[in-house]
Amino acid sequence: MSLATTPDGAAVSVSELNKTFGSVTALDRLELTVRTGEVHGFLGPNGAGKSTTIRILLGLLRADSGHAEVLGGDPWRDAVHLHRRLAYVPGDVSLWPNLTGGEAIDLFARLRGGFDRRKRDELCERFDLDPTKKGRTYSKGNRQKVALVSALASDVELLVMDEPTAGLDPLMEAIFAECVREANAAGTTVLLSSHILAQVEALCDRVSIIRNGHIVESGSLDELRHLTRTTVIAETAQPLTDIEAVTGVHDVVHTDGKVQFDVDSEQLDPVIGHLHRHGIRSLISQPPTLEQLFMRHYGEELAVNTSGESQ
Amino acid sequence: MNTSTAPAVRARHGSLTGTPALIRFALRRDRVRIPAWIAALTLGTVATLASLADLYPTSVERQAIAETMGTPAGLAMSGPAEYLADYNIGAMMGHQMLGFTALLVALMSVLMLVRHTRAEEESGRAELVRAAVVGRHAHATAALVVVIATNLLLAVVMGLALAATGAEGVTTGGSLLYGFAHAAVGVAFAGLTMVTVQITEHTRGAAGMGLAAIGLAYVLRAAGDVGDGTLSWLSPIGWAQATLVYVDDRWWPLLLAAGVAAVLIAVGVALSTRRDVGSGLRGTRAGRQAASAVLGNPFGLAVRLQRGLLIGFTATLALLGIAYGAILNEVEDMLTAIAEMERALADIGGATVTESFASMVMIVLAVIASIYVVLAASRGRAEEADGRAEPVLATAVSRHRWLASHITVALLGGIVVLAAGGLGFGIAGALAVDDSELITQLLGAAVAYFPALWVTAGLAVALYGLSPRLTPLAWIVPVYGFLVGYLGQILQFPEWMTNLSPFGHVPELPAEEFSVLPLALLLAVAAALLAIGLSAFRQRDLETA
Repeated sequence: MSLATTPDGAAVSVSELNKTFGSVTALDRLELTVRTGEVHGFLGPNGAGKSTTIRILLGLLRADSGHAEVLGGDPWRDAVHLHRRLAYVPGDVSLWPNLTGGEAIDLFARLRGGFDRRKRDELCERFDLDPTKKGRTYSKGNRQKVALVSALASDVELLVMDEPTAGLDPLMEAIFAECVREANAAGTTVLLSSHILAQVEALCDRVSIIRNGHIVESGSLDELRHLTRTTVIAETAQPLTDIEAVTGVHDVVHTDGKVQFDVDSEQLDPVIGHLHRHGIRSLISQPPTLEQLFMRHYGEELAVNTSGESQ
Repeated sequence: MNTSTAPAVRARHGSLTGTPALIRFALRRDRVRIPAWIAALTLGTVATLASLADLYPTSVERQAIAETMGTPAGLAMSGPAEYLADYNIGAMMGHQMLGFTALLVALMSVLMLVRHTRAEEESGRAELVRAAVVGRHAHATAALVVVIATNLLLAVVMGLALAATGAEGVTTGGSLLYGFAHAAVGVAFAGLTMVTVQITEHTRGAAGMGLAAIGLAYVLRAAGDVGDGTLSWLSPIGWAQATLVYVDDRWWPLLLAAGVAAVLIAVGVALSTRRDVGSGLRGTRAGRQAASAVLGNPFGLAVRLQRGLLIGFTATLALLGIAYGAILNEVEDMLTAIAEMERALADIGGATVTESFASMVMIVLAVIASIYVVLAASRGRAEEADGRAEPVLATAVSRHRWLASHITVALLGGIVVLAAGGLGFGIAGALAVDDSELITQLLGAAVAYFPALWVTAGLAVALYGLSPRLTPLAWIVPVYGFLVGYLGQILQFPEWMTNLSPFGHVPELPAEEFSVLPLALLLAVAAALLAIGLSAFRQRDLETA
């Protein structure tokens, strides 16, 4: 973590990255920094550009313009060299129908440059994966496990995971989280793309939120929380009829004497003062969840669309 | 639901429920393919008839070609000798074209049926369909109905188109028989494919078995027509030719095809009830827990992935070579019986009948080996399209190394496949005519085709490197090679057309003299194409699923 604050200690550093597919703009001046030693959440809905970014970082796609650096190297030019030091788990794992899961695990790990056999067997057990089955007989979740076991059994500096738990059940998700924490504790940097917010919240030190190929928010969860709103549910002696008018208050809902609203974090103090003047009987204050953060960026679009329809 | 209505419900929703909807769906999916197949086959047939009429306007010329076609090489590539007596345009069509186009119709039927049955199951789409109100046999029945209807439509269209030409010896009744002889072959192979799609759970395997059966049918009729004709009766293509269309117009051999198709379909249906949706008859066993040492580098992976294809083609070519080699003695017998034929063939640069027959066989073997080469060299495309290239290229494997591994398998595999054919041909031939020199001679003839195979691989790789979508264009090489190698002799294509095919530049050993220059040029072209493919692949984005 000591390297985390210096920019040259970044495991991944991307600036002004652009990529188009024909007339479709996939990435639009994308900025992304993953500090060495951190678990970085890469958030965004399908089609926002997460996989495109990751594929550029892996040298599978070539950026149209901009700068991208992975572990200090150029992901396109130094692909082979860099790939020895990182492991990738795709979101939709395709396996060879006639190779067993065990063979695929070993193959990927060997092509990466060796792996820890004991750790591999241990991981198979933890993920409850039968490595003797042929690729075509695995379910989506089991194919995912093959890629996970292979990646986690390799001794690498950087794990790049593109929605790695899409097919896993909650039990396996918990084991996945455990494994990521262990790898991170052992010094591995993790770039985790996801749209499961609870998972990111639980695992990640910092997050970047991508929308339409552009990073709209980036920072530690605490930093991001400061930028957003706290939900307050209050019951007061005198009715709170004028709460809507207070600066920083949004989305007010009155229900059986209680009032619920969101308040901008920097306006929390005056708003609580306002409540106090009405005589607080009960007060619940919830810090913003990642989901709210996320919805703030994507919900606006939704709100605009629905209001447009209703008018 | 009460108990009294349950049986009624079951009766109405029988095993064929949903078939009409699935037929409409299949027709919708094949709305381009079906007309394209019918148009291509009909136009090709009519165009061939026109050029035959053009090339052989008088009976003198026809008698001359009849003598050429009456040689073992001629009979092996065309059909039974019964057509030769009165060699008018109709008889020529029945003799030279029918077997060839029937082969293509068989191919159409196999590919179409696999596409609508096993391919659907393998992709998982069949599961969705079967989960709807669809009977157990509806899917397969719909596929069969579509394939059989396509064959019958082809029969009528082709028959009417031929009848409309009014060429000499081309009667209306004969033309319809000509069309239906194709349909009979198509339906017989559709029946066979109904069985193969039950056996294996792989689309590739099911189609491969069908294609192998087509190859076997062709070899059996070739061997039968050169020999006493018995073996031809084991081949659906032989049945089509046994109609002696435009000569005797016999319809009854087609009943044989219909009967066999009915039996095969019944077997297929019976087998289908004994397996689960998505699986084959052969159960899947547990495999290795860990990878062997071979699976440690991209080349090992490429070998492992392409092993089955390589073994299949090697065995097929070896058997084909043996089948042709075994009839070499009959070729020799024929030579002594009809001394006249030697003169007819004198223009092949002093080659003996046996040698020209051997050269013809080598072209066939080389073209089939080129099919393997295209499949093997295109493997990278399948890996990329199915998303399996991505995780491999995300490891410490360079693009060059990954593609070069598949290329190496294609280049070396092509050698193995064709050498097996040449060796099988040589050994069986040597035993048949008691001349051990044939082994080295025929193996050498096969070796001469290696550079042409590599050009084929090079083209596939260059196309793939530039854009995966272009890769299927490489099929031009086997298809064109077959057309000029096969039809080129009948239709007397000009030399420049032959030269467009890499196979056109190969000295046709043992009939022709060996020459090193064309082979060196082919090698240079192959190397250039491979270099283009590798460098273009390094530069482009990997396509993602």
